[in-house]
Amino acid sequence: MSKSISFLKRSKSFFAEIGDMAYFAGRFFKEVFKKPFEFKELIRQCYNVGIRSLFLVAVTGFIIGLVFTLQSRPTLTEFGAVSWMPSMISVSIIREIGPVIIALICAGRIGSGIGAELGSMKVTEQIDAMEVSGTNPFKYLVVTRILAVTLMLPLLVIIGDAVALLGSAMVENLKGGVSYTLYFNQAFDTLSFTDVIPATAKTVLFGFAIGLVGTYKGYNCSKGTVGVGEASNSAVVYSSMLVFVIDFIAVFVSDIFFEI
Amino acid sequence: MNKENRKIVLELKDLHKSFGNNHVLKGFSLKLYEGENLVIMGKSGSGKSVMVKCIVGLIQPDSGSITIKDQDIITMGQKELDFLRTEIGFLFQGSALYDSMTVRENLEFPLRRHKDKVKNFEGTDESVKQALESVGLLHAIDQMPAELSGGMMRRVALARALILKPEIIMYDEPTAGLDPITSNEIIQLMRSVQNEYNTSSLIITHDVDCARVISNRIILLVDGINYAEGTYEELSNSSDPQTRAFFKN
Repeated sequence: MSKSISFLKRSKSFFAEIGDMAYFAGRFFKEVFKKPFEFKELIRQCYNVGIRSLFLVAVTGFIIGLVFTLQSRPTLTEFGAVSWMPSMISVSIIREIGPVIIALICAGRIGSGIGAELGSMKVTEQIDAMEVSGTNPFKYLVVTRILAVTLMLPLLVIIGDAVALLGSAMVENLKGGVSYTLYFNQAFDTLSFTDVIPATAKTVLFGFAIGLVGTYKGYNCSKGTVGVGEASNSAVVYSSMLVFVIDFIAVFVSDIFFEI
Repeated sequence: MNKENRKIVLELKDLHKSFGNNHVLKGFSLKLYEGENLVIMGKSGSGKSVMVKCIVGLIQPDSGSITIKDQDIITMGQKELDFLRTEIGFLFQGSALYDSMTVRENLEFPLRRHKDKVKNFEGTDESVKQALESVGLLHAIDQMPAELSGGMMRRVALARALILKPEIIMYDEPTAGLDPITSNEIIQLMRSVQNEYNTSSLIITHDVDCARVISNRIILLVDGINYAEGTYEELSNSSDPQTRAFFKN
């Protein structure tokens, strides 16, 4: 009995949080079109989110391409299909592996960073100070960060995908003597707009989800240092989970429209 | 000047605020007169900070009225409230400096949107330097908050509260967590700021020395209501033991 009551209570608070987050997202859409626009802060956040994540994304992308090619090579060789390697790698990286893994990496780096930053601003009353000084903290802190992640994540994924293909091409060049030109010709020949457009579109949603969850958790952080830790931690957990949920929905919808 | 003849700049009437079953304010009222230093004293958790946050619109009271310069802030729209907030400086208990910005950027922040409301505005850079000079910290202009001591942070926070040249300043525990010498410096600074900027001040404090030096009038907030009111001398020599207990060092 007590177990079912506790389950009901947890379910209730879970759905209440979903409702709160939906309200928070609604407020974002309401504020994003309202003046004054915080362009300077948006540019600063784009730099923080984009340029500062570039190295991590590039290294991750390179290793994905390298390892994926190395692992697939023996099996494809066994079936005499090693010449399909560039096509297989490009489709799987562009469609699925690149966007999801880079979004997860960004959920860890960006989501937790935003959650911790806004959380500590909340507990040290910096957000209150901003409000008292006549600046709308939601617009200055939340809207700019969500927009920055939404704009920067697709660019990071494109860069990550390109570096992953480069890593794969290096393996093919070293192991199979395939020239870079031949590799990239084969890789891009296989790709069509139905591979690239839905995959890029879903990264916009990934970025929005990471920004939304990070800012929501930080902005509504409870008092104390424990609250900041929880905000940062749950920002990563929730946004990673959302990345998978959005990926599932995006693939499902793409299948209906593009017959992938 | 007789207080009846002076202008009321801030008035709270019958203010109530509860958090769940915890009734923090149970009909608290006050009047702050122009040029006055009004000190609010009370035990920890008695609702002093809640009351001051209600005044600046950070917390919505359950009932009662808050009037600042004849404008009811509870029924006010966000735009009007933001405008009115430029006439109120607020010194937070923990200073609340933006830790990702330098001292200069902290002071420039309120000016971004509201410099047109500053009387005799002499340019952003000049205003920042003037405010820092008035708290004796011009040399720290390009430092980060993390590089400042507790007392310096409080001074910078005071300079930021002054940058829009407000008519009312609210101090939430201005000397909390500071050593006696630095506390005394902050108290003297508050006095000089009042003389220089001709402000009315609402000061929340536990510090008896601060109350003695700075107050024109003191209100004791006990159990969510005005328990006692008077000058420092009147209250510290009160016949009521609970009132006197606040003034024992």
